[in-house]
Amino acid sequence: MNKVYKLENLDCAVCAAKMERAIAKLDGVNSVSVSFMSGKLFLDAEEEKFESILNDAEKVCKKIEPDFKIIR
Amino acid sequence: MKKKDKIMLARIIIAFCMFVAIMVIDKVYDLSFLAGGDAGWLLPLGLYLTVYLLIGYDVLWRAIRNIAHGSVFDENFLMCLASLCAFGLAVYTAAGGGKPEGFDEACAVLIFYQVGEFFESYATGRARKSVSALMDIRPDYANVYRDGEILRSDPSQVSVGEIITVYPGEKVPLDGVVVKGATSLDVRALTGESQPKDVSENFTVLSGSVNMTSQIDVRVEKEFYDSTVSKILNLVENAAARKAKTENFITRFAKYYTPVVVLIAAMVAAVPSLITGAWSVWIYRALSLLVVSCPCALVISIPLSFFAGIGAASRYGILIKGSNYLELMARANLFVFDKTGTLTEGNFEVAKIVPQEKADEILRLAAIAESGLSHPIARSVLKKYGTEPERGYILTECSGKGVIAERGGHVIYCGNEKLMEEKGVPYVPENDAGTIIYVAENGKYIGSLLITDTPRKEAGEVITKLNAERAKTVMLTGDNPIIARSVAAKLGVSDFKASLLPQDKVDAIEKFSAEDKNNVICFVGDGINDAPVLMRSDVGVAMGGVGSDAATEAADVVLMKDDLSGILKVRRIARKTLKIVFENILFSIAIKAGIMLLSAIGITNMWFAVFGDVGVSVLAILNAMRVNSKY
Repeated sequence: MNKVYKLENLDCAVCAAKMERAIAKLDGVNSVSVSFMSGKLFLDAEEEKFESILNDAEKVCKKIEPDFKIIR
Repeated sequence: MKKKDKIMLARIIIAFCMFVAIMVIDKVYDLSFLAGGDAGWLLPLGLYLTVYLLIGYDVLWRAIRNIAHGSVFDENFLMCLASLCAFGLAVYTAAGGGKPEGFDEACAVLIFYQVGEFFESYATGRARKSVSALMDIRPDYANVYRDGEILRSDPSQVSVGEIITVYPGEKVPLDGVVVKGATSLDVRALTGESQPKDVSENFTVLSGSVNMTSQIDVRVEKEFYDSTVSKILNLVENAAARKAKTENFITRFAKYYTPVVVLIAAMVAAVPSLITGAWSVWIYRALSLLVVSCPCALVISIPLSFFAGIGAASRYGILIKGSNYLELMARANLFVFDKTGTLTEGNFEVAKIVPQEKADEILRLAAIAESGLSHPIARSVLKKYGTEPERGYILTECSGKGVIAERGGHVIYCGNEKLMEEKGVPYVPENDAGTIIYVAENGKYIGSLLITDTPRKEAGEVITKLNAERAKTVMLTGDNPIIARSVAAKLGVSDFKASLLPQDKVDAIEKFSAEDKNNVICFVGDGINDAPVLMRSDVGVAMGGVGSDAATEAADVVLMKDDLSGILKVRRIARKTLKIVFENILFSIAIKAGIMLLSAIGITNMWFAVFGDVGVSVLAILNAMRVNSKY
C-alpha cells in the first residue's frame, strides 16, 4: 500500500535523510522517501501491517527529531 | 515567522549583544585583572559560559540525547565537542598560569552556528513558500445551488450534475460545462498561457482557472478528486517522492562525510602532537575541523534547487513528476517526436486541387462522398467545401480505399489509387507528400485533392535549437514515407521512421536505447495512443495535457499548454537547475576542504572556520534560489 503523509517539525535536511534510512530498515517497508523540501513522507509498505509500520516509523524518527510528528 | 523562529531570533540577538559587551569590556579593562588574584580568569569564563548556555542549551541537550540514542556523528554533538574542548583548552592555559584567552572563541562558535541554523531555516521556509505559492490553485469553496438558494460548500461535497455559480474573481472549483453566462477565464495557473480564454454556454471550464469578468453558472461534470485541479496538485505535491540521482548521491555522501572529517580531526589532534608534543596547538587546530564537519550546505541546497526547478516549471504550465526527470531532461540527447498532433497541428487541410480549373466541381463531388465520414481527412474536405453537400446518395465505404456514392444513375468514386485501379478508372497519379484523394464521376476521372497536415509554427525552431545543442531529433509516424520525408525535411529532424504501427513505436524506442546505453531518450507525444511509448522512454513528455487523463498518468513531464516550445523551456530550466546543483556541490566541498587544510596548518582559526561553514550554507541556499527565476 502506498500512502503520503504530511510531516510536522521536520527541521533539518540531514535529519530527513537519516529518517529515510531508518524507516527503510523497518520490517515490511517496500520503499520510502522523506522529502525535506515538501515536508512529506511517501511510504510504501505491506498492507496488513501498515498501521504498526507507521507507528514504528514515527518512533524511529522521534529518536532523530523528538518533536517530529506524522500527521494522519 | 513562526513563534519558534521568533524565540530563536530573540535568543540570538540577546546572546550576541551580551557577547559583544563582554568581549569589549574584556579587551579594554581585562576582566581577569579586574577580578584580581590567581583565579581571576574565572570571571570571564563564567560570563562567557552564561552566554554560551543561553545560546546553546538546546544544542547541548540535543547532543546529549542523540548520544544516548547512539548517534555519535551528530552535528549537535560535534559542535558541542568543538566548543567545549575550546573552553577546556582555554581553562587549561589559564589554570597553568598563562594569559586567559580563547573563551570568546569557544562561545562564538556556538553563536554563529545558531545564526547559521536560523538563517538556513528562514531561507528554506521562504523558498518553500515562494515555490508553493505558485501552486496555489486549490479552490476553497464552491457556490452551489441547492433548494433554490446558493450555498457555500466544500468543493469535495459537490456531486456531478449539480449547478454551481462562479463569481468574478473566484476560482472555478470543479470541472464542468457552462450553462449560463459568458466570461473570460484566466488559465495561467493551469497552462501558463497568459491570454485569457473566452467561454460561453456549452463551453467546458476547468477547475483552477480564475473567472475574470462576469458570473457564470456551471454544471459539474467531475467530482473534486477527479477534477483537473486535484490531479495537478497531486502530481506536483508528489513530485518530491522521486529523487534525482544527485540528491541520493548527496545524502549518501553526507553519511560518510561527517565520520571522515571527524577521523581527520582526530589524526590532526594526535599525530603531530605525538611527534612535537605541542598538544594544545594541534588539538585547537583539530577543533576547527570539527566545526566544518556538518554537510548541511549540500544537503539543503541540492533538494532545494530541484524543488525550485519543479516550481519554476509549474509556473509555465509544465508539470514535472519528479526531480529525477528534471535531471534526465537536462541530459537527454535523443529527442523522439510523434508526428501527427505533435510536430504537426493535427489539422488536415486541402492544400491543392488538380486540375485547378475544375476545383469547385471536384470539391463538390468529394464533399458528397465524404459527408458520411467523421475522420480528419473527410472533415478537411467538408470544411474546404464550406456549404452543405447534396443529400440522398447511398454511401458505401471500401475500407482502406475510399467511398462510393450512388444516387439514381449517378456514381462517384472518391478514394486512393487502389480504388481507381479496382474500378478501372484511368487516373493521373500525383506524387505530392500528403494524402491524395482521386475523384471520378460515372467512371470518368475528374481530378484529385491533396490533403496535408501543417507543421506547428514553432516546430521548426524547436528542432533547430535541439539540433544546435547536438541532440539527435527523430520523428516517428504511422504515415507513408513520402509524407514523412517531406515533413522531416521541412522541419530539419535528423532522422525519421515512417509507416509505424503504435506498437512499432515502442520497438523503435527500445532499439535506440539498445544502440547506445548512454542514450537518454526523451519522447514527445500528444498523449493520444502513445501511453506505452511515454512509459518506455526515459522521459515521456505529453503535450496539451489539460484534461487528458491518459497522458497525465503515463507521462513524466506534462506540457499543459499546447505548445511545442515548452520542450525548450523545460530543457532550459533543467539545465540551469543542474548547473546550479553542480556549482553548489563543487563550491561547498571546495570551501570546506580549503578551511580544513588552512586550519590544519594553522593559518586560519576557529572564527574563520565558523564563518566559512555558515557562509557556505547561506550562499548555497541563495544560489539554489536562483533556479526559481524567469525562463
